[in-house]
Amino acid sequence: MSVRITGLSRRFNGQAALDDVSLEIARGEFTALLGPSGSGKTTLLRVLAGLDFPDAGLVEIDGRDVGQVPARERRVGVVFQHYALFRHMSVAENVAFGLRVRPRATRPAAAEIDRRVRELLELVQIPELAGRFPDQCSGGQRQRIALARALAIEPLLLLLDEPFAALDAVVRKDVRRWVRGLHDRLGITTILVTHDQEEALELADRVAVLDRGRLAQFAPPATLLEAPATAFVAGFLGEASCIPARLSGGRLESPLPGLAAPPAWPDGALRLFLRPHEVAVEAGPGPGLVRMVHPSLGAGTRVVLELEGHVLEGVVPPGLPVPERGGPCGLRALAATAFHEDGSRARLA
Amino acid sequence: MSGTALFRLRRQALPGRGLALGVTLVWLGGFILIPLAALALRPWEKGLGGIWAVLTEPRVLAGFRLSFGASALAALIAAPLGLLLAWVITRYEFPGRRALDALIDLPFALPTAVAGLAMTAIFANNGWLGEPLAAWFGWTVAFRPAGVVVALVFVALPFIARTVEPVLRDLPRETEEAAATLGATRVQTIARVVLPALAPALLTGFGLGFARAVGEYGSVIFIAGNMPMVSEILPLLIVVKLEQFDYAGAAAIGLAMLLLAFVILLGLNLLQLLLRRGQP
Repeated sequence: MSVRITGLSRRFNGQAALDDVSLEIARGEFTALLGPSGSGKTTLLRVLAGLDFPDAGLVEIDGRDVGQVPARERRVGVVFQHYALFRHMSVAENVAFGLRVRPRATRPAAAEIDRRVRELLELVQIPELAGRFPDQCSGGQRQRIALARALAIEPLLLLLDEPFAALDAVVRKDVRRWVRGLHDRLGITTILVTHDQEEALELADRVAVLDRGRLAQFAPPATLLEAPATAFVAGFLGEASCIPARLSGGRLESPLPGLAAPPAWPDGALRLFLRPHEVAVEAGPGPGLVRMVHPSLGAGTRVVLELEGHVLEGVVPPGLPVPERGGPCGLRALAATAFHEDGSRARLA
Repeated sequence: MSGTALFRLRRQALPGRGLALGVTLVWLGGFILIPLAALALRPWEKGLGGIWAVLTEPRVLAGFRLSFGASALAALIAAPLGLLLAWVITRYEFPGRRALDALIDLPFALPTAVAGLAMTAIFANNGWLGEPLAAWFGWTVAFRPAGVVVALVFVALPFIARTVEPVLRDLPRETEEAAATLGATRVQTIARVVLPALAPALLTGFGLGFARAVGEYGSVIFIAGNMPMVSEILPLLIVVKLEQFDYAGAAAIGLAMLLLAFVILLGLNLLQLLLRRGQP
């Protein structure tokens, strides 16, 4: 195991930012820490980097307990959210920093440092920027500089803190794929902190979903979507709408037609999570009120509608008439993920 | 009115450009340029030889050495002190921090003569500080050039602390954390990351403090003792000339001070340009 976190807790003024989190990350794995703001993902990253220290729990990197190891001795590369480049140094000096501050005994010769800096700048595809200053570079270029600077120390672990948040949408997609490609080439264990589920699901081998300081689920992207472990995960991922329902006497009471009661569940309150493609919408009279209609390519027309005070999203299959905005519509659930108030989960169809 | 075409301003999105520029120019002309022009013209009634004679008087030369030397030394001493003060009030939380913050500005408001009297009382050979200094080290501060430096440090300090403080406050913590994750020790982080980022502001503060010290009069004349050739500062010599009704001579010293200070400040500005390379 490359990174092992056991029972990690961190409190700020009595508020738990991390609450008994345990994770094991394999060498060379690309992991995402996903959660809304305030879920503790940045605290976890800071603890891993040695910039913050836990109240309880163990952090091991490459089998070594780093609890007492200061940040500068951890060899953990960090790409900060706002890159935190040194503004008074040229791009090449920024990248060389981690090599130049080494103690004399382990510091490479000046010519060797120059060679390494050139290599790193070529690796991140910005060799022409070596003599420029960070303020003369674009957001995407700064991110590459920050990455090259973090890679210069030959990190055992690479941490990326919301690295794509400051980029515009078009650049972001490109850079994302490029970063994943670089990871596959270098094989450095990488942890990405993000609140963007699309980013996490696209990039990571496994995603750790954090919910108010607790680890909700740690699984590959496909598993998270197919089998969310908690109602929080089901609601947070995959644009799901949530509809409350009740189970009484073995019968499912829900505003949505089309779903059968889950077998062998006790009576009680349920929460149903439905993704847009699990709600079929049709034009004509019905219980739904159409709020918004937005066409999309291929997959039918997306419709945002209101049903007994709940907002949900559905799809009109391609080729069928589309309901009008402000008018009524019919709808039927094709499938749903149900969570019982006792915590058990079932797929309904 | 063909001449107005020269000054016709292109329409701008930002309103009030004409008015703002006009007020600025009037202010600049009325309060700075015209008095300076008067100062620049006055000495010439003595002729070039006369000006030269005034400036090369041994007493005046000694005054130049003391005024500029003591000001430079005072600004050099005040720079690290001011940096430390700014560091303490921006980086640490402690009881009385607000009071300390307000205390820094006190020299701005205090009549400098009052400060001069207070410092003289403290550093005189029977004062709180003067007595132990004289007894233990054999140092005398008051009525010596050293006293001049002490007084000038007092007036230069707030300029340095106040110019560095906002830059230090805006310095992102992330930058220092980045240095730490890259393997830098605390000392390396301060020497290679924090100080270079502060250097332009520190230099500006140094220039402001130095300029203020060169022109300082009130606090110095009490503590300096004003012995000719030893502890007479230039502003005092100007007053001496004025009391002798030698207005042209006073203006000659004033003009020479102005030119020298201007050259030094210009040099500092150029140095700052070098330090700011690559930064807007």
